[in-house]
Amino acid sequence: MADIKLTNLNKSYGTVHILKDINLDIKSGEFMVFVGPSGCGKSTLLRSICGLESITSGTLEIDNAVVNEVPPSKRNIAMVFQSYALYPHMSVFENVGFALENQGLPKDEIKKRVEKVADMLQLTPYLARLPKALSGGQRQRVAIGRAIVRGAKVFLFDEPLSNLDAALRVQTRMEIAKLKQSMPNTTMIYVTHDQVEAMTLADRIVVLQAGVVEQVGSPMELYEQPANIFVAGFIGSPKMNFIKGAAAAALKATTIGVRPEHFEISDKKGPIKGKVDYTEVLGSDSFLYIATDDGLITARENGKTTFNDGDTVYLTPQAKNTHRFDDNGKRIN
Amino acid sequence: MFKDMKLTPGKTAVNLAVLILVILWTLPTLGILVSSFRDKNLISSSGWWTATSTSERPQVLRLKGGNEAVEKDGKFVITGNILQESPDGAAGTVVSFGLGTKDPRANLAGATLTSEDGKTLQVNADGTYTYTSPTAFDERGQRVSVIAAVPPSFTTENYKTVLNAEGIGRSFLNSLTVAIPSTIIPILIAAFAAYALSWMELPKRGFFVAVIVALLVVPLQLSLIPLLRIYNQAGATLGISPKGYLGIWLAHTGFGLPFAIYLFRSYIAGLPKDLIESAKVDGANDFRIFMRIVLPLSFPVLASFAIFQFLWTWNDLLVAIVFLGTDSEQLVLTGRLNNLLGSRGGNWEILTTSAFITIIVPVVVFFSLQRYFVRGLLAGSVKGG
Repeated sequence: MADIKLTNLNKSYGTVHILKDINLDIKSGEFMVFVGPSGCGKSTLLRSICGLESITSGTLEIDNAVVNEVPPSKRNIAMVFQSYALYPHMSVFENVGFALENQGLPKDEIKKRVEKVADMLQLTPYLARLPKALSGGQRQRVAIGRAIVRGAKVFLFDEPLSNLDAALRVQTRMEIAKLKQSMPNTTMIYVTHDQVEAMTLADRIVVLQAGVVEQVGSPMELYEQPANIFVAGFIGSPKMNFIKGAAAAALKATTIGVRPEHFEISDKKGPIKGKVDYTEVLGSDSFLYIATDDGLITARENGKTTFNDGDTVYLTPQAKNTHRFDDNGKRIN
Repeated sequence: MFKDMKLTPGKTAVNLAVLILVILWTLPTLGILVSSFRDKNLISSSGWWTATSTSERPQVLRLKGGNEAVEKDGKFVITGNILQESPDGAAGTVVSFGLGTKDPRANLAGATLTSEDGKTLQVNADGTYTYTSPTAFDERGQRVSVIAAVPPSFTTENYKTVLNAEGIGRSFLNSLTVAIPSTIIPILIAAFAAYALSWMELPKRGFFVAVIVALLVVPLQLSLIPLLRIYNQAGATLGISPKGYLGIWLAHTGFGLPFAIYLFRSYIAGLPKDLIESAKVDGANDFRIFMRIVLPLSFPVLASFAIFQFLWTWNDLLVAIVFLGTDSEQLVLTGRLNNLLGSRGGNWEILTTSAFITIIVPVVVFFSLQRYFVRGLLAGSVKGG
């Protein structure tokens, strides 16, 4: 059991204000993902929870105890670093067992626990190897093993997949999801800038921008009801289209947002007229880049498209999937 | 790869320059090594590069005197072995000989020479000779010049002499007693300091680093005497002998520390931050992080400093003379060599042997640690490994 509660948490380096009044409630056993563009403070927030960065003001509670001043090792957390941070001169066994060694456990107990974790992560054949003799995926598993072996209540992941190639990333993503399933009581906090990772792994997502929490919610909440233009634009791929002007005014909004998959495309009629600028055909679906009076709009069509570059098309946004935003970019319900 | 191996004029020049430098550096060392194993007479008569070939050595020797002559068939005959009778028991064979001191090449070995007054002399290659005369010989033996061919011979005699009689053995141990602790103590202190100055949160950390860098430029000669005075006074208070190993260890440690801390700090500060933080999350305190993570990873830089410091303390004369004195019991190798240059300046066999004993330890240290040396000098410039 490990609830994490952040209250008005602020972090500054000198005069640079990095995290601004962060309030978060992370429930025990939850898989929370922090997502946002680079420099938004998501890693700093994670490191503050870990204890590697001090907190300038506000409180951080783990299990209802304020841990602002508690050193990382006493917070009962484990962290998987982006670079894995494996100790290069230690074998896999020593790497995994280092934390236990620090706790002063007897040798045979360390051996038992390390072997159990190695078995779970299929690392048993590599226990005697040095990290440099491992592949990227294996290193990743060692880093995770190091976190698991301590039986920490909170796992922190700092962009753990960014060093892997695309195929391995998908596979490891699945392994992390399975790991979470096998440890239902462990709270996991995961930082990424990749919204696909966020959508697939998270119970809830925290979208950060410039040190401010823009929205907290389940992946589908963020997809279906983004709180503002930033979240709407950040979640979903390709990006949501934002249309201003007459089409927006007709719906009593400053801006309306429509995802590419939420257009009806017709060659006869519709409120938005445009010309196909460029098409991308992927087989399962096609993306049409359409030049309109309101700028370039991306629309998705299932299967192979029937339109060619230069064709005139008419777009109709699906009414229930049209998002309306006010002058400040906030959502109008 | 193979493209890189193509010889361009620039590369040829570089290779040539390297070759010349290598020869310039290794040839004298080889000369010292070879000379140190040669007989002292050979050293003075021929160069070390001829050591493996038979050398011809002109000598002036004296035959037996007239009182050892035997009268035979009305002639006086002296027989003997010219080589065995020579004062230094010269080995080898006779190549040629001549009467008097002037002309050792006049007659080949085995030939018979007849002098103006009717005497005949035959000298064989093995040194046996027959000297006959129609009249009685002089009391004094006849002088004969000989060219003796001496086969190559090597001896460890010089080392025995030098190590025992000349006191090099004692000084060798003294130098080790100075150099080893003077290398290890600063490494221990500096590694801790470097860790603290790179990874621990200390007030005014930058200021301390700046002070240490500033200390790098303090010349040794400037601080030597004040240091000695302080040490003597402290020693008098604590009852420690003013000339002792403790003093020189402390002095070398002090002079080595600024550079050691500076070098180690730049390396240790360059270790990946994630490693240190990961160890912190893993529950290691600073001491354990230092011992289990930082120290093993810093081995290359520690080794490269160890080479520097060891060579410097091993070759040092000034600090040793000031802090240890010139007492024979505590005299270090450099001091002893210096003395030998004065007292045995002409005895090349002693000088070359002593010199070789002096360089053998640095050479061994360098070769055993050189792979760390290269890595240490490249510290921070390349990642991974």
